[in-house]
Amino acid sequence: MKLRYFAWVRERIGKPEEELELPASVATIAELMDWLSGRGEEYAHAFEDPKVIRAAIDRAHVKADATIVGAREIAFFPPMTGG
Amino acid sequence: MPALISIHLQREPFDAAGEAAKLRRGRSDVGAIVTFTGICRGEEAGTTLRAMTLEHHPEMAQAEIARHVETAERRWSLLGVSIIHRFGRIQPGEDIVLVVAAAAHRQDAFAAAEFLMDYLKTRAPFWKQIEYVEGGAGHATNWVDAKQSDDALAERWRPAVGRHEAAE
Repeated sequence: MKLRYFAWVRERIGKPEEELELPASVATIAELMDWLSGRGEEYAHAFEDPKVIRAAIDRAHVKADATIVGAREIAFFPPMTGG
Repeated sequence: MPALISIHLQREPFDAAGEAAKLRRGRSDVGAIVTFTGICRGEEAGTTLRAMTLEHHPEMAQAEIARHVETAERRWSLLGVSIIHRFGRIQPGEDIVLVVAAAAHRQDAFAAAEFLMDYLKTRAPFWKQIEYVEGGAGHATNWVDAKQSDDALAERWRPAVGRHEAAE
């Protein structure tokens, strides 16, 4: 699974993207954030308040309870501040 | 004539008047053009800015903006839409974003331009990082926090937004 990180989520994790093998038990965005948090301090810092983190599956916004089954790319980022 | 749609994400400055002119060139059905330009302010909450840097998710930004232009086309009678969103480092006084909406009548052009701007603010995957000038020497950088007032403005348009756009 390709994971991409943006803005301060990227800064805290320390990389813009990575390919990870996810365990079958990780089925939703919320579960993925929880699983990532266990991978190290930098991930725990990035996902310390999962309520503020936004996610997209294959370039479309999704909620935390969205299933990640079949996803090619998952992106995590803070609330958007464009315009 | 079909509606002219163009969406560009670019580092370079843009020509707002030129983009507006493209939407009316060679046709006489356009009766109204609304052009909105968002500009980088030199001050934020009493603090002086040195510059801001916009990070974005390129493929998602293109797709997300296109989806909202389609929503605008379904909701209003539009003859053209041009959106340019810059990324990279932008200094105070420089343009950040352009929304041009062309229609036969002004109501459609005004409403569509405002709708698209409200959604760019809250849904397009862009993030602003600000460099502050601190006491004239050195500088600090900070990510801009999303504003609840922007969410409220985007929420106004909710009833017309389709299921896909309302997923969040």
